[in-house]
Amino acid sequence: MGELIAKEKTTVVPGQVIAKGMDFLPSHGTYRLKDDVIANRLGILSVEGKVLKTIPINGRYLPRKDDVIIGKVNDILMSGWRMDINSPYSAVLPLKDASFDYIQKGADLTKYFRLEDYAVAKITSVTSQNLVDITVKGPGLRRLRGGRVIKVSPHKVPRIIGKKVSMVSMIKNGTGCKIIVGQNGLVWLEGEPDMEVVAVSALKKIQDESHISGLTERIKIFLEKTLGKKIEEQAPNEDNNDNKGHEYVSKREENNKHPVPSRTHNADKPVAEKLTQKTEEN
Amino acid sequence: MNHEMKEHIKQALRKGRRLDGRKPEDLREITIETGFLSTAEGSARVRCGNAEVIAGIKMAMEKPYDDTPEDGVLMVNSELLPMSNPDFESGPPSIKSIETARVIDRGIRESKAMDTKKLCITKGEKVWTVAIDIVPINYDGILIDMGGLAAMAALKTTLFPTVKEDGVVDYHKRSTKKLEMRFLPIPITVSKIGDVFVVDPTAEEEKAIDARLTVTTIDDKKICALQKGGSEPLSVDDVNKIVDIAFEKAAEIRKILEKVN
Amino acid sequence: MAEEFKRPSGRKNDESRPIEAEAGVIKAADGSARFKIGDTEAYAAVYGPRELHPKFLQDPKTGILRCNYNMMPFSGDGTRVRPGPSRRSKEISLVTEKALIPVMNLEDYPNTVVDVFIELPQTDAGSRCAGICAASIALADAGLVMKDMVPAISVGQVRRNLIVDLDGAEEHMDENEGTDIPIAMIPSTEEITLMQGDGIIDRDDLKKALEMVKPALKKIAEEQRKALLNKYNSTGDQK
Repeated sequence: MGELIAKEKTTVVPGQVIAKGMDFLPSHGTYRLKDDVIANRLGILSVEGKVLKTIPINGRYLPRKDDVIIGKVNDILMSGWRMDINSPYSAVLPLKDASFDYIQKGADLTKYFRLEDYAVAKITSVTSQNLVDITVKGPGLRRLRGGRVIKVSPHKVPRIIGKKVSMVSMIKNGTGCKIIVGQNGLVWLEGEPDMEVVAVSALKKIQDESHISGLTERIKIFLEKTLGKKIEEQAPNEDNNDNKGHEYVSKREENNKHPVPSRTHNADKPVAEKLTQKTEEN
Repeated sequence: MNHEMKEHIKQALRKGRRLDGRKPEDLREITIETGFLSTAEGSARVRCGNAEVIAGIKMAMEKPYDDTPEDGVLMVNSELLPMSNPDFESGPPSIKSIETARVIDRGIRESKAMDTKKLCITKGEKVWTVAIDIVPINYDGILIDMGGLAAMAALKTTLFPTVKEDGVVDYHKRSTKKLEMRFLPIPITVSKIGDVFVVDPTAEEEKAIDARLTVTTIDDKKICALQKGGSEPLSVDDVNKIVDIAFEKAAEIRKILEKVN
Repeated sequence: MAEEFKRPSGRKNDESRPIEAEAGVIKAADGSARFKIGDTEAYAAVYGPRELHPKFLQDPKTGILRCNYNMMPFSGDGTRVRPGPSRRSKEISLVTEKALIPVMNLEDYPNTVVDVFIELPQTDAGSRCAGICAASIALADAGLVMKDMVPAISVGQVRRNLIVDLDGAEEHMDENEGTDIPIAMIPSTEEITLMQGDGIIDRDDLKKALEMVKPALKKIAEEQRKALLNKYNSTGDQK
């Protein structure tokens, strides 16, 4: 017995009753209070069978293993560099992961990365206390020179990248800018000044209008109007190294994982799955 | 700011473009609202792009200073509230907020924009004090300019509180008497990034500034306050160019301020 | 016997002042809100979770909530308020934190801090309650996990009449036995997270007051939720 009170794919707020009755199973972003399932986070309601969860719209980036991110060096340590990764937690780039050269202990580390340098890096490990290690050894990973960095909501990164990298490719090819999108919501770009302004406007537009349908078409029209030229919708480009980092995103999308996972999600998941299994057995 | 990124900004500036697409001497769109605070004798809110700054005016009856028995007292204060930007911390006023307040103060005080003799009630015993407090709600650019403008708009629309028969101020009843300003000094800060002069920088652009000069003007000829900031020097030629830009921009701002009532 | 009592504002005894609530008003912050009730207005900005320094303040089991309440110099009833923390503002910062923490779960963010800055540009009684209301919206806006919103309002007794949401005039009306009791409550469980009391009140009247204030609090919670929904249209995008 149960009744869904809130509409699927609408925004729900903390304390809002989503469903009544014991039929429904609260998953992450929701909890049960007596007979009701209540939202405990601002998000979009997702209903998968009897499992109710909210997809977060806002919230800072929590580091996750294998994410490709953009970071900024904010400290030089004995053993490497500390980087600000737009998260409540900073990351450490150890000596061994900074270069394919052998870096001696006591060497001048500023030859590789100086304070305030930006880099595209991959997260190699996250401990339970959220100590984060990263590496810049890998395809597409490197120190970034010049250009500019903007911040977008980490939750909108999948939309900004697009299915099979199509969205960001459309912007890249239209404006001629190099663009690298980090899972942590930092985006690096470089191009002609006027083109950079157009690219940034397009990225912000995606962020602000991501859930209205027909986004790809609207961005295409926006680019065509602003640039005064026809834009081709992009096929996936496997050769370009800049896109390689986004493989990880595409896999995430394919696996249906939501963009910024929280620990509560992992804690709740097993319970919801177990119960689903049970009903399936029945 | 990282040297290479600063170079990137400088290169764009040489081509006449800033990070948000503006030209170096373009101001962001400015809107001004006044008289919205119930507890302040005067108030103004300036919005400039994403930035939002408010100025509040409080008046009180107090004893004058010994050396100026016939003059009212003016005080300017500003605080960089931690709520307005992630880089600001709680605590005593930072040097940046102190500088902001003092530069705005200088513009009003030294120009005698406010006739402090008109604030005298009883010589040597009672004068009006005018306290201007400037705070950012959302910080995104030089507070001296926005704060100075907010202060002017607030002063322009300030109304004296009424005084009861027993001589006590009634803050709940505002009179129709305006605080008359002789003129309205407008501070304009012109910043140098590389070789290019820029006005109204965003918080991001502020990090790339080499030197800046605030020029406070009272009309199209007279300057009443100056303040140089930044770690790099300015040539005499730089200063002359900056002064020209400041007068030009102040004229644009005065047009907006004229419409404020 | 209660005197014939008419509220200066003409409100009914259980009626609160007009409310305005807006989310996302400070772009620089991770979450923010503006909450206005009558002539009392509060801004709240949330920064975090973010690194907490100095290290000895860190809690390895959970993030901590740190609230800072401040009145702008021109916000007081009367003369200018000297800027800077006072004993009163420090106490309010403390009870604000205690009012909000019961709905929060910051275990996903060990060693961090969530900073909540509350600033009031104008006040007419009920400022700490307005601050809590704004903070609650701002925390939700920041995407943090919260069991429910936290509405807060004062209930009191003036000339033996129980009234909800005292304004400045009412705060000063009863020199002898007036009471002012700010209350914050979790709407879904009706649990109280803030309660302070000022003045003399009969124990039976206190019980009545606690019942009387519930509908006003639930109404505020609705306004808080509406403020969040208004910022994001029903498909999750910012307006």
